Amino acid sequence: MSTRGTAPGDAWVPSPVQQERLAYRRRRSRRSALIAAVSTVVVLGAVAVAVVHTRGWPQFRHAFFDLSYGVQVLPDIAKGLWLNVRIMVVCEVVILVLALLLALARSLRGPAFFPLRALSTVYTDVFRGLPALLVIFLLGFGVPSLRIGWLTSNALVWGSIGLILTYSAYVAEVFRAGIESVHPSQRAAARSLGLTHAQTMRHVVLPQAVRRVVPPLLNDLVSLQKDTALVAVLGTVYYDAVLQAQIDIAESFNYTPYVVAGLLFLVLTIPLTRLTDWVARRQGWAGATGPV
Amino acid sequence: MLEVDRLRKSYGGRVVLSDLSLSVASHRCLALIGASGSGKSTLLRCINLLETVDDGTVRLEGRDITDPRVRPDEVRARVGIVFQAFNLFPHMSVLDNVTLAPRRVHGVPRPAAEEQALAMLDRVGLASRARARPDELSGGQQQRVAIARALVTNPVLMLFDEVTSALDPELVGEVLSLLAELKADGTTMVVATHEMGFARQVADEVAFLADGTVAEQGPPEQLFTDPVDPRTQRFLRRIIEAGRL
Ligand SMILES: Nc1ncnc2c1ncn2[C@@H]1O[C@H](COP(=O)(O)OP(=O)(O)OP(=O)(O)O)[C@@H](O)[C@H]1O
Ligand SMILES: [Mg+2]
Repeated sequence: MSTRGTAPGDAWVPSPVQQERLAYRRRRSRRSALIAAVSTVVVLGAVAVAVVHTRGWPQFRHAFFDLSYGVQVLPDIAKGLWLNVRIMVVCEVVILVLALLLALARSLRGPAFFPLRALSTVYTDVFRGLPALLVIFLLGFGVPSLRIGWLTSNALVWGSIGLILTYSAYVAEVFRAGIESVHPSQRAAARSLGLTHAQTMRHVVLPQAVRRVVPPLLNDLVSLQKDTALVAVLGTVYYDAVLQAQIDIAESFNYTPYVVAGLLFLVLTIPLTRLTDWVARRQGWAGATGPV
Repeated sequence: MLEVDRLRKSYGGRVVLSDLSLSVASHRCLALIGASGSGKSTLLRCINLLETVDDGTVRLEGRDITDPRVRPDEVRARVGIVFQAFNLFPHMSVLDNVTLAPRRVHGVPRPAAEEQALAMLDRVGLASRARARPDELSGGQQQRVAIARALVTNPVLMLFDEVTSALDPELVGEVLSLLAELKADGTTMVVATHEMGFARQVADEVAFLADGTVAEQGPPEQLFTDPVDPRTQRFLRRIIEAGRL
């Protein structure tokens, strides 16, 4: 378990030996930090000098890193990014629910559930195998062209459905791997107490499975966040960050807007990737014990 | 109470139990002994309906529970089993482990279930650790929680599958004395064990399993001192040579 403080009333004072050790550890970590800082400055400095002395750097800088132009287009692109965020959130919620249902369908036993099992298997096979872009084109261009009255022809909706179909197949496999990683003895213990299959899933298997797959789930979430840009290829009346950047570029022939859009995406995804790493590391030592 | 009649069980063509019969009366304790791989665990799993049998019947309180029309969940709710590897649920506290079945299977409301569970944990000497996670307990403590979890719903029959095999020698005693207490309280139980001392001193009856069947069943005084079947004689000789009797 994590470190526990001293119990109340426990008047423990580190012994001289222990104080010496603590002081030594502090000195060591200060030294390490200093070395890391110096070597970082040296390496970055060398890279910077090499880059600015490369031939063509001024043109390059003008086309990609035009600061004042970047500041000028920033508000529009940020507004576009807001659309990406909304697509991401809505899609993610639907994906998690759909994927969990798919994974549960595959875990059902017994002949009565054969159609459900088969359907879920075929679904994951198909949508994991198709390029996301293809599914988005197919739905985003294809369905509105049918002009079927009761179906929305909003390309944004169809593009998002394309993302959902593709991603839920991936996420379903992540859930399934988690479910199968729970040791059969856990199921046996639950069933031996008289719990039904559904109760065993709900109270014993799923809680353990979900905990184990949080890192890969977050990983898929990062991926989804980037892929919301694919919806932009439908050229809807809604402009996401990437499409907005493209429009600016079409006017100015300066590529700085792409860089701005890229930086904005990083602002969103880097915290998520850090979170993913942190969760994975924490589980590395806290959750690896698994079932006995 | 429990009658097993000409039971047969195989795994993919390998016959593990064949023509196995035994019976346990109410409030009695039957010890199952036999070499490793002789089918003790398999027999217990069949009685708990964690396995489907190939042939034969298991009767619990006069009712054939191997009938396919019987709902396994119903039987399991009345037959407790404790495994060698504890199999506690690692994501739940000790208390939640013990209240799971009363709440979900027997529909006991949470406060009442917790009260029962705490009483049961107190009985196995662990009421003070109710909020702990299983992995914060020693092996012996975990096994006692597993026993409390199986006992809390008042099963009519308790099955113990080598509940001390995974424990360090100094922890075996605390679990065995708990079993002896349960026996003294009149719990009907079947105990698969390698602990000959327990089989001899606590059990009312001992069944020796060999070649997938009961080679010999009798009171411990008779079976340990005057075995009839040559396989029992050989098994006991080996045990004595190993200094375990
Ligand atoms: N799920 C299974 N699939 C195939 N064979 C199995 C399975 N479970 C048990 N067996 C086989 O059945 C036989 C009896 O196993 P069982 O676990 O009942 O023995 P045991 O008497 O409990 O042994 P031990 O004292 O080592 O626990 C063994 O030969 C084992 O290999
Ligand atoms: Mg066994």
